[in-house]
Amino acid sequence: MKKPAHPGVSRRRFLRNAAVLGGATAAATFVPTRYIIARPAKVKVGILLPYTGVYAKLGENIRDALMLRIRQNDGRLGGREVEFVDIDSQAKPPLAPELTNRLVHKEKVDFIVGAVHSLVGMAMAKIVGGDGPITVIANAGADQLTGSLCAPNIFRTSFSAYQTSFPCGKAVYEDGHREVVLMYWNYGFGKQAAAAFKEAFVARGGKIVKEIPTPFPEVEFQAYLTELAAIRPDAVFTFYAGGGAVKYVKDYAAAGLKDAIALYGAGFLTEGVLKAQGAAAEGVRTTLHYADTLDNPANRRFKRAFREATGRDADVYAVQGYDAGSLLVQGMAAVGGDTGARAELIRAMESTTIDSPRGPFTFSKAHNPIQDIYLREVQNGENRVLRIVAPRLEDPAKGCRMT
Amino acid sequence: MEPSFYLIQLLNGIQYGFLLFLVASGLTLVFGIMGIINLAHGAFYMLGAYLAYWLARETGSLALAVAAGIPVVVLVGIVVERLAITPLYRRDHLYQVLLTFGLILVFDELRSILWGNDVHAVPIPPPLAGSIPLTETQAYPVYRLFISAACAAVALALYLMIQRTRLGMIIRAGASNREMAQALGIDINRLFTLVFGLGVALAAFAGMIAAPVSSVYPGIGDQVLIISFVVVVIGGIGSIKGAFVGAMLIGIADTFGKVLIPEAASVVIYALMAVVLIWRPQGLFGARP
Repeated sequence: MKKPAHPGVSRRRFLRNAAVLGGATAAATFVPTRYIIARPAKVKVGILLPYTGVYAKLGENIRDALMLRIRQNDGRLGGREVEFVDIDSQAKPPLAPELTNRLVHKEKVDFIVGAVHSLVGMAMAKIVGGDGPITVIANAGADQLTGSLCAPNIFRTSFSAYQTSFPCGKAVYEDGHREVVLMYWNYGFGKQAAAAFKEAFVARGGKIVKEIPTPFPEVEFQAYLTELAAIRPDAVFTFYAGGGAVKYVKDYAAAGLKDAIALYGAGFLTEGVLKAQGAAAEGVRTTLHYADTLDNPANRRFKRAFREATGRDADVYAVQGYDAGSLLVQGMAAVGGDTGARAELIRAMESTTIDSPRGPFTFSKAHNPIQDIYLREVQNGENRVLRIVAPRLEDPAKGCRMT
Repeated sequence: MEPSFYLIQLLNGIQYGFLLFLVASGLTLVFGIMGIINLAHGAFYMLGAYLAYWLARETGSLALAVAAGIPVVVLVGIVVERLAITPLYRRDHLYQVLLTFGLILVFDELRSILWGNDVHAVPIPPPLAGSIPLTETQAYPVYRLFISAACAAVALALYLMIQRTRLGMIIRAGASNREMAQALGIDINRLFTLVFGLGVALAAFAGMIAAPVSSVYPGIGDQVLIISFVVVVIGGIGSIKGAFVGAMLIGIADTFGKVLIPEAASVVIYALMAVVLIWRPQGLFGARP
């Protein structure tokens, strides 16, 4: 006689179990494919961020905050475990197509989070836009990413050049300045920032006395500052970031301009570089979608958690990575982890509200954040928020055909 | 613009010119006397800048950093000359270009390992911080005046050494006729090491003194190297006087180019080089055609 499959299990019980199992299997064929997976495979999240070069710190903060957010969700997306494929983009645009293709075709990731450098972001967008993995841009601010390059599967949790500079035009006018000089790095993002500022400032009746585009990424500003002192406008609007921002703010003070001409900029002028700028930065006003002094529960929680996880202080870049994590968590929760239900997943992601440390935000039809823009002033070595200068600002998404 | 505007821009141009001269004079000495094309010259500038940043941070004094840093860079330079460059004296220039280009990569990797890839600000020493008013609207940073003064002092010392001392006489002899100098009993190997060390010291000093105004970042030496080659070519290879005039021309042309024709700023110095070379293919003070 054959041995029973399980000792101690009666034949009747065994038959009943088999019937239940068989019934369940039969029933499963009638429900949509996404429930068929018995033990779901891991979700693959590709990360393409710079960990070497001048943007290394930005890349690390975005990645660490992204992983922090997913860890806070038990390390899962829609109930499925997560596997990260983390690649150093080196912030080199020529490498971007190859590295993106590796994530898409070789690693076959479900999501991509990436791009600090705008040109890397644009190369990524050209490859993934349409059929590629759902991609979340966590920094790159080129207007095109949610403009002419927009696609249903591309989201941005950071900002557009327009959003960080257009409100500054409004703020400078409201602060009573009428004649302004523009100084910016003469490359894509710098030009877009200057154009957005100009649009807002001139529409209100302000006058741009002179535009001084300076070569990117050169940081020797002395000749231009001499010119600025000769022109004597009411205020200056700038776009510089990182080491260039440190240098600019210090040279500006050293040239004796600090008390003579009001200095404004897109928020990156004082973001993450305040300590290096020291006293030279006091009184500099900038517009950005975040300030680490923002007093709301989400920001307090986030700053504490990021500090515990990394030992570093959070900044705007970390916030953008954290929110990319929230977007994945919330989107995947809505479809129960079924990455095959692409249309539903995209719909869930675009209609969700992110409870960000910057304040809650939603997405525009072009998948760019609709967010408050703050006017900040450096006081005692901190970016203090003066006011919300552009509430719920939406990027105009020029050239986006998705809307 | 009022006349004072142009005067102050001239001051900016001269200050830049002085820095270029320090780098270019070393380059032209090594090329003119030893016949070595040293692409790694910019690496010593970079090494100087990073040491200035690192030592100034550790000791709190840029002056101390300069005093301690220059011997270190010179030592590195001499080791490189003895071990790597000496075997190539008799070789074709192509070998030298390949070797010294390789050295750039080696130094850059070392830089990356030792100090990472961040941009570092170097604080201006407190006594030299601030600015002095020149006109009603223009104030000039004290540190930039100091750069010009310090570079002028070094340039003068270099001139006196080469024109008025026995050592200078030997160097000049080595530059104009190596065989004859050797026949007269000059130890040419020792002379070469000395000249190389001197060039390295000048580049390192330039990198250190420029660090507070240029910041310190990866690739800082490459930009300087390219422009210094332009200076050397304009001034005439091997000529210290040529390096000085060339450096001032380039410094001033670059500054005014940036301000007056910003769209074409990056080509101004190369256009100037082309004009000079059409007029005088050997450079302004070049001996060799």
